[in-house]
Amino acid sequence: MSSELTSEGGHGAVPTGPEVPVEPKAAATRRDWPLYEVFVRGKRGLNHVHVGSLHAPDDEMAVHAARDLYTRRNEGVSIWVVRAADITASSPDEKDPMFAPSGDKVYRHPTFYEIPENVPHM
Amino acid sequence: MPHEETVYEALDHAHGGEGQWAFGTGFDEPLAGVDTTVPDGVDPAELGEYCLMLGDDALVLAQRLTQWITAAPELEEEVAIGNVALDLLGQARLLLARAGSVGVLGRSRSLATESIPDEDALAYFRDPDEFRCTALVSAPNGDFAQTMVRLLVASTVRLAVFARLRESGDPVLSAIAAKGVNELAYHRDHAGRWLLRLGDGTQESHRRAQAGVDAVWPLLAEVFSPTGLEQRLTGIAVDPSSVRDEVRGVLTQVLERATLTVPPWPGDATPRGRLGEHGPELADLLGSLQALAREHPAATW
Repeated sequence: MSSELTSEGGHGAVPTGPEVPVEPKAAATRRDWPLYEVFVRGKRGLNHVHVGSLHAPDDEMAVHAARDLYTRRNEGVSIWVVRAADITASSPDEKDPMFAPSGDKVYRHPTFYEIPENVPHM
Repeated sequence: MPHEETVYEALDHAHGGEGQWAFGTGFDEPLAGVDTTVPDGVDPAELGEYCLMLGDDALVLAQRLTQWITAAPELEEEVAIGNVALDLLGQARLLLARAGSVGVLGRSRSLATESIPDEDALAYFRDPDEFRCTALVSAPNGDFAQTMVRLLVASTVRLAVFARLRESGDPVLSAIAAKGVNELAYHRDHAGRWLLRLGDGTQESHRRAQAGVDAVWPLLAEVFSPTGLEQRLTGIAVDPSSVRDEVRGVLTQVLERATLTVPPWPGDATPRGRLGEHGPELADLLGSLQALAREHPAATW
């Protein structure tokens, strides 16, 4: 992969940002197998978790490769694969404008409310 | 800093601390807690020999597949092939342990020391003429396309046999088959997916896939031929001729979707491999599998 692409938010995920080029250099890709990001949900989990990435010739092979690579130790019951190029990630250069403003707004946290006892998953 | 126990030391301590045989397959008995009584009216020697047939198929195919390790076309495929081989090794271990549990050990028991488990003695200390695998699994891999063709054929045959073996009158065989069908379904589908892409792919991949099919097809000649042993073990073993139609149907379907030509089906030939008659390729394969264990039979770690 071209070294100008940063990988914050996932290997090969394409960040937005004014000065980051989106097209990889023509000579950079050695193989025709695109990169996929893998998400696995465990038996007792409610959500899929990012576990890594792999290269595969197409979507169906990617799901099965993920089974072979990322569920060897009985980790999961469900696998999602997404092409890395389809993932849009935040740029690390924009970290401050993106995330700093939410640091000092304590009124957004629901700490002033009492949660009733019979409400699950809170 | 105190010396931290390594993973190996921890395993050793957990299993008595006497040192494990260096070439062993595991630390626990594969048939621990399983009732290994031979069903009434069944000759233990024949049951054991049938277990060797199925177990040797798995052991030899696993060994062939692992020849791709460090040489597979992509990292993901290397792990996939490794997983297939590990599944087959697990099946081999259970089947060889079953053969050992009914006393079928041949010359291997005298060559292996007492502490070596039966399944390891059978794997490492039998000579080629004591192996009961078919020519289909002992044939060399060829290129990746040919490897996938052979894997498709071998796993389709084995899946058909195991699906029927689940009804076996021997509870151990029936349990091994029940566990194996899920693994074999995945192996067959993995090979099938590859064959669809190689056959219905580029000119080069199609050429290689067809060449692989043409090379593997003659090996089907021995696969459906019974030896008489399977028929004597009625209700216990699966007569290989009973799966011929189903296997041919599946293989035809896959090859046609992959735009490959199905070669003429070979006629049934004497199942030489099942009778212990093998070509030099099996001796080569077993040579690399067994050499170190035979040179240092008492090694422990």
